Amino acid sequence: MGRLERIAAEQDRALASATGLSRRGFLSAGVGGALLFGFARQARATQVFPAGAPLPPEQFEPTIWCSVGSDGEVNVNIIRAEMGQHVGTALARIIADEMEADWDKVKITHVDTDPKWGMMVTGGSWSVWQTWDVFRQAGAAARTVLVEEAAKILGVTPDKCVARNGVVTAGDRSLGYGDIVGQARPTRSFTPAELTKLPLKPASERRMVGKDVKALDIPAKIDGTAMYGIDAKIDGMVYGRPKMPPTRYGSKVVSVDDAEAKKVPGYLRYIVLDDPSDTVPGWVVVLASSYPAAIRATDRLKVEWTPGKTAHVSEKDIQDHARSLIADKNGGVMVVNDHGVDDAFSKASSVFERTYTCASVMHYQLEPMNALARLNDGVWEIHCGNQWQSLFLPVIEKSLGVASGKVRMMTYMLGGGFGRRLNGDYAVPAALASKALGGKPVKLILTRSDDMMFDSIRSPSVQTLRVAMTGKDTFHGMQHHAAAGWPTQVMAAAAMSKGVDGKPYDQFAIAGADHWYDCGPLRVRAISNDLANDTFRPGWLRSVSAGWTSWALEAFWDEVAHETGKDPVALRLSMLNGEGPDGRNKGEAPDSNGGALRQAAVLKRLAEKAGWGQPLPKDTGLGIATTFGQERGMPTWTAGAARVHVDRATGLVTCEKLWLVLDAGTIVDPDGALAQTEGGALWGLSMALCEGSEIVDGTCKDRNLDTYTPLRIASVPEMDVEFIESTEKPMGLGEPGVTVVGAAVANAIFNAVGVRIRHQPIRPEDVLAALKEKSAA
Amino acid sequence: MIKFKLNGSEVSVDGPEDTPLLWAIRDDLGLTGTKFGCGVGQCGACTVHVGGRATRSCITPISAIAGAEITTIEGLDPAGTHPVQEAWRDLQVPQCGYCQSGQIMQAASLLKDYPSPTDEDIDAVMGGSLCRCMTYIRIRKAIKQAAVAMRSAKTGETSNG
Repeated sequence: MGRLERIAAEQDRALASATGLSRRGFLSAGVGGALLFGFARQARATQVFPAGAPLPPEQFEPTIWCSVGSDGEVNVNIIRAEMGQHVGTALARIIADEMEADWDKVKITHVDTDPKWGMMVTGGSWSVWQTWDVFRQAGAAARTVLVEEAAKILGVTPDKCVARNGVVTAGDRSLGYGDIVGQARPTRSFTPAELTKLPLKPASERRMVGKDVKALDIPAKIDGTAMYGIDAKIDGMVYGRPKMPPTRYGSKVVSVDDAEAKKVPGYLRYIVLDDPSDTVPGWVVVLASSYPAAIRATDRLKVEWTPGKTAHVSEKDIQDHARSLIADKNGGVMVVNDHGVDDAFSKASSVFERTYTCASVMHYQLEPMNALARLNDGVWEIHCGNQWQSLFLPVIEKSLGVASGKVRMMTYMLGGGFGRRLNGDYAVPAALASKALGGKPVKLILTRSDDMMFDSIRSPSVQTLRVAMTGKDTFHGMQHHAAAGWPTQVMAAAAMSKGVDGKPYDQFAIAGADHWYDCGPLRVRAISNDLANDTFRPGWLRSVSAGWTSWALEAFWDEVAHETGKDPVALRLSMLNGEGPDGRNKGEAPDSNGGALRQAAVLKRLAEKAGWGQPLPKDTGLGIATTFGQERGMPTWTAGAARVHVDRATGLVTCEKLWLVLDAGTIVDPDGALAQTEGGALWGLSMALCEGSEIVDGTCKDRNLDTYTPLRIASVPEMDVEFIESTEKPMGLGEPGVTVVGAAVANAIFNAVGVRIRHQPIRPEDVLAALKEKSAA
Repeated sequence: MIKFKLNGSEVSVDGPEDTPLLWAIRDDLGLTGTKFGCGVGQCGACTVHVGGRATRSCITPISAIAGAEITTIEGLDPAGTHPVQEAWRDLQVPQCGYCQSGQIMQAASLLKDYPSPTDEDIDAVMGGSLCRCMTYIRIRKAIKQAAVAMRSAKTGETSNG
């Protein structure tokens, strides 16, 4: 008998003696009911799932994306996770506008997983950009058929019909969309090829896109009825909490002692997970009849592990390793490697080089990781909020040892995503615990300390940037080397990009460095920090690499400007000329039409608005930065300025005001766009000044808000956000606001008191130390 | 068995006395609008009113609230139209929404104590409520808007006798 089997058998015996129940007996006994009262809501709260749109008698479904009912209701299927972006509203506006629907009759359904939806992922600020063409075509398909059918009923040709606001009108007669569906019962569907040929409305005919709207998800978030994963409930479910192993990987359970745990009323048993997917190695799950009991019993459960090999790794070890990886010219992957870059550096009169570092950053999404799993009718159901269902369904299948298609994820709202829920690792222990109970429902919730210990953090990073000086005030040629943990390598290796040297690299651990500046031949080298990858599971965190590559790049240009006696704005504008090697900065239709000149335009507008170059009070400085948002291929042209005040006595940096100017092409939902940018910019500020953890003994030292201190309301600066009017294809807005703030703050500190801080977060003690060093010099 | 009033109804919960009120409300009594965030009273997502005072339910044992009147987000206003909720809706405050029940309960309590809150009042009282989406700009604006609405409603009532 293997160790795991022995432990399981011991548990079963212990359970039977403690409760007088066999495993089967305790399952059918279910959980203790502890409630004695009635609310209208309680009656339907035994099984709580998100409400789908009820089906009216007749449905016309020209594509999988929307349907029109004979009652006139339009349902739009949303495959993107709702985590605060009001994504369903923005996407439904696209389809409804093209369809000429009546907005008051539009509903959205956040769908569960199904192969028919294709890739289900919500991240990268991609949703609107990815859906723009698909939903306009789907809307056009619906409109085309409804107009054709109305024309037949009205006895006219389609060109005599006008569709508006859910009604088709020909002369003085009209028919509502519901009536058309009810009378004509259209069934026409479209092939993908047919869809791409449908005529789309010109921008001048748009009636919803770009217009203000109230988000459809907001009312339920104001009266407490919104359903998040943690709110899912199934009759008979038991509650689980994990006992976390000392290392993310490689810990092995040696022994478990639940003598103390048994003293907790409601404690049921523990399970040592056996995970073929190796997602949660060394995990023990404690089950109880209530979550408070699960919390307490877990605290009292004694587990002895043989820890994995990273049990004593520190943040410094990881960063030192990153420095050695950068120093080795042969490692990593060339993402950009222009002809002539070596030549430029060998001929340089000198090399100007700076190194920038970022600490580990934690997600702290407010809803701790959780999932409810059960076997229902031969299919494993996972109830939770998730951002990348297509990535994690196969992992859950592997962990359960079931065939493809035997796991479904049921969709809920996310109490924060920020990239944490792109990594669905938290669903695996819930599924395995349920499997150990023969498929009975198990609701596994991580306490905050569990959640932080298990976080898929933004890896600490080291970046070295260089320019080849050709004189005292000129340079030609640049290098950017970045080493960090690679989330995509660890979790989705097949999705990695190929470098110019043919080697795979994590584009989400370098994007932002492949910039639109014309600075002569460029080398961008991305390096995977294997020690980071081994110690923790690197995660995608809001704005991903563009949150830290941009900080280094934009702080570096500021330093280069001062080194060469140029104005930082003027230097950037001179390089944002739309040219560059092979003319690559000209841009390409439809995504980057206009290229670097659009980045120059937002920077110019920003400098004007923020009063660049104007005098400021003592110890107060304005700093600027500009980026292309998340990705070169999907540029959201972004410029940001921060005005900060530095207290020389305490080193405290106060951000007084942020300005942002963005060109994201067409803005679909203006208020949603603004909200995302406000939140993003404050994330940037929080990471610049307030956040940052540290790996101690193989895991982040922070366990809660006592030591991890994201930005609170009192530190929020004034903010001025402007979107450039545009009819270009819409890009993303969930993250670009983050990307400019870190560097803008660092540059502002320099302009305020003359010190450069090259590490984030910028703590008062770092500022004080730098001020001291400066006055000593 | 601990008895108390929840949103005006008599309820009772049968569990260990040190059970946090949060879990009694969510799991035993089935009202899930009150959220679990940090579990140590530092994020504010679990804020409810106990006898009209904003209270962190995650660190309040049920033994401490026997006989008390508890109000959750579901009971703040029967129609969900408390002036704070109206302002929240009008200014489209929530993003992910997970903290917003707690923010709204805290803000409603704030406005009882400070009918005309200054920025400093808001910073001091709302500083315990973390919004990870960082909707703070709108939270501040909505509190001020709700304050105006509540003051003018009160003035209206007074002038009408």
